[in-house]
Amino acid sequence: MKLPIYLDYSATTPMDPRVAKKMCQYLTLDQNFGNPASRSHEFGWNADDAVKAARQQVADLINADPKEIVWTSGATESDNLAIKGVAHFYHKKGKHIITCKTEHKAVLDTCRQLEREGFDVTYLDPEVNGLVDIKKLEEAMREDTILVSLMHVNNEVGVIQDIKAIGELTRSKGIIFHVDAAQSAGKVPIDLNEIKVDLMSFSAHKIYGPKGMGALYVRRKPRIRIEAQMHGGGHERGMRSGTLAVHQIVGMGEAFHIAKQEMATENERIRMLRDKLWNGFEDMEEIYLNGDEECRVTGNLNVSFNFVEGESLIMALKDVAVSSGSACTSASLEPSYVLRALGRNDELAHSSIRFSIGRFTTEEDIDHTIKIVREKVEKLRDLSVLWEMHKDGIDLSKIEWAAH
Amino acid sequence: MIYFDHNASTPVHPDVLAEMMPYLQGCYANPSSVHQQGRVAREAINKAREQVAELVNAHSSQVIFTSGGSEANNLAIKGSIRGMSLSRLIIGSTEHPSVRDAAKYFAASTNLDVLPVDAQGVIKFDDLSRVSSTGAPALVSLMMANNETGVVQDIEKIARHLQNDAHIVHTDAVQAAGKININFTQLNVNLLSLSAHKIYGPKGVGALVVDKRIDIEPMIHGGGQEKKWRSGTENVAAIVGFGKAAELAKLNLKGNVEKLKDLQQYFECQLHQLQGVIIFSEQAERLSNTTFFGVPGIDGETLLMQLDVQGIAVTSGSACASTSLMPSHVLIAMGINEQAARSAIRVSFGLQNTKAEIDQFIYILKIQIEMISSLAIMEN
Repeated sequence: MKLPIYLDYSATTPMDPRVAKKMCQYLTLDQNFGNPASRSHEFGWNADDAVKAARQQVADLINADPKEIVWTSGATESDNLAIKGVAHFYHKKGKHIITCKTEHKAVLDTCRQLEREGFDVTYLDPEVNGLVDIKKLEEAMREDTILVSLMHVNNEVGVIQDIKAIGELTRSKGIIFHVDAAQSAGKVPIDLNEIKVDLMSFSAHKIYGPKGMGALYVRRKPRIRIEAQMHGGGHERGMRSGTLAVHQIVGMGEAFHIAKQEMATENERIRMLRDKLWNGFEDMEEIYLNGDEECRVTGNLNVSFNFVEGESLIMALKDVAVSSGSACTSASLEPSYVLRALGRNDELAHSSIRFSIGRFTTEEDIDHTIKIVREKVEKLRDLSVLWEMHKDGIDLSKIEWAAH
Repeated sequence: MIYFDHNASTPVHPDVLAEMMPYLQGCYANPSSVHQQGRVAREAINKAREQVAELVNAHSSQVIFTSGGSEANNLAIKGSIRGMSLSRLIIGSTEHPSVRDAAKYFAASTNLDVLPVDAQGVIKFDDLSRVSSTGAPALVSLMMANNETGVVQDIEKIARHLQNDAHIVHTDAVQAAGKININFTQLNVNLLSLSAHKIYGPKGVGALVVDKRIDIEPMIHGGGQEKKWRSGTENVAAIVGFGKAAELAKLNLKGNVEKLKDLQQYFECQLHQLQGVIIFSEQAERLSNTTFFGVPGIDGETLLMQLDVQGIAVTSGSACASTSLMPSHVLIAMGINEQAARSAIRVSFGLQNTKAEIDQFIYILKIQIEMISSLAIMEN
């Protein structure tokens, strides 16, 4: 067993060696390093062919047309491009956008920016299981609603939103539907021929591809228009300019291709490991599973260990790389806004740990993790006065703390 | 195949790839993660930031990593216009499409001046003075070295002049980096764009160097990476590669320039022997690797195709504009007639090119020019 054990696959994944190998063929002089926009020589054409093949691979995983794929520098850019792109293109039709409080920062911060520009945004509260109630979504819709943006799988608690049902609703109302699928692609089947999603964001590094690479699906039938956010050169049919990073694109294509081949069997294995991990904790006192138990992605286990401070636990778990929430907000010491939105109190939100399991996790890793988590939680609780008070039967919520 | 299109893209240097490899394999953590692996990735980014800063003599805290030169240019222009509510924009007439198109985006909401260049492609200082001495503070975006002609503008002199009138100055140094010495502090510009894949680094990464006295509004929101100026999980491997490429570019600048200059002189000397050839911007100060030439009367596209068949990779201008059949906007701005502009071929040498390759190119070029000319005569 290799230490430290990596259980932070929702933050990022190691690159699959097959992906890395393919990428290295598109970098150096003796390989294929051309600029795909060079139309006057073979170096350019070869690069362009590689980009085309990758576009097909990405489209294949989600059953889309390759012409509907726009390359970006990552899911954050895809979310920005989708939301600002729609808002700026359709602002004359209306200025109301609906999203949810548990979205990724890339969606929330983009919506905040649009509010500064004069758009009106409704932030829905999720239910306690982390899912959006479709009836409440419908109630929030207005005459001037132009866009609904909801994520497929939540990055912290891993719950899977029913985007098929939501797509039916948005389409019937003539509202554009954007889905951040950074955490779901390659883990949950997606058939864009079947579901009525208009824009979908993808990331490569969440499914064993390279960082700095993503894509935005932009539906052609019915045609969705977006305003470009980056100009110059008119690459990607005018929707996103800039030299295409061929090796990264090839890497994303390969990662999506592997995901399509292996998703079904891989999910089974990961589900087994995840259940094993949860079973290993289940008899512990005062632990809480965050997010819906059934409707969640196979690799995610988000647990609050009451009376243990999450950050201290992470530090104590030196040999296991986990997180207390999203990597993108980990610089702050605020409790997870996702767990707060699920109605968890500050104590539970502060004591949460996200375990995310992936392709290279072994059974041995899980066994060891169970062992040391139990050990460390026990040790930290032994040091805790609150835990002692709790054990003495004192109801902590009834105590009035004196300020000093 | 002989590759003479280094202004479009350069191959990744083997040392750069070697530096990137660990981050394509074992070191994969998200630099925003607080665990130890995350901190290792964060340190790698910090080191690269130092290396990139050193290339242009800036402070590492002034470097914002982006997904490339186009994004850096877009962020410089849109970010400063929005961040400082500027109502005026001044650009050169030979700028890269990413600057031109970003400027065009503001055509309705700002006052846009496009500065002419002389027949050699150099900004006319008098025009610049006249435009900049009156009116509200503007964002002025002028490229340091042109991607097609290789013309180098005197940005230091221009910036000194513009700073006196309280303008904000951006320079696109994507083509200049690694070919001329760049000193951000001394140049007195506020914003400077860089790209890795033009200096033997990977595609998909660039940087905007920002003088902290100015406010720019981010273009990509969410997560707050790069001190909120540019959100999104950092592309660690590419950033590390960019850092190494910058280090090599700085370290080997003098030797590289000498080598490229030698190739350029050798090439241009022989080029002059061919009938009817003109070298654009020949009298201007140019990059040591770029020669943009034409053979009036010859169709550039036909010549390009023939050269490709013969195994020579060159271009008729910018790769970023190569899907269009319009003649180069740079040459048109210089007042070159359309017939000459349509014959244009850009040669941009790189570090691995040799004189033997140039000999072969000249040999093929001579035959092809003669063939196309005689075909044209027959058709007439």
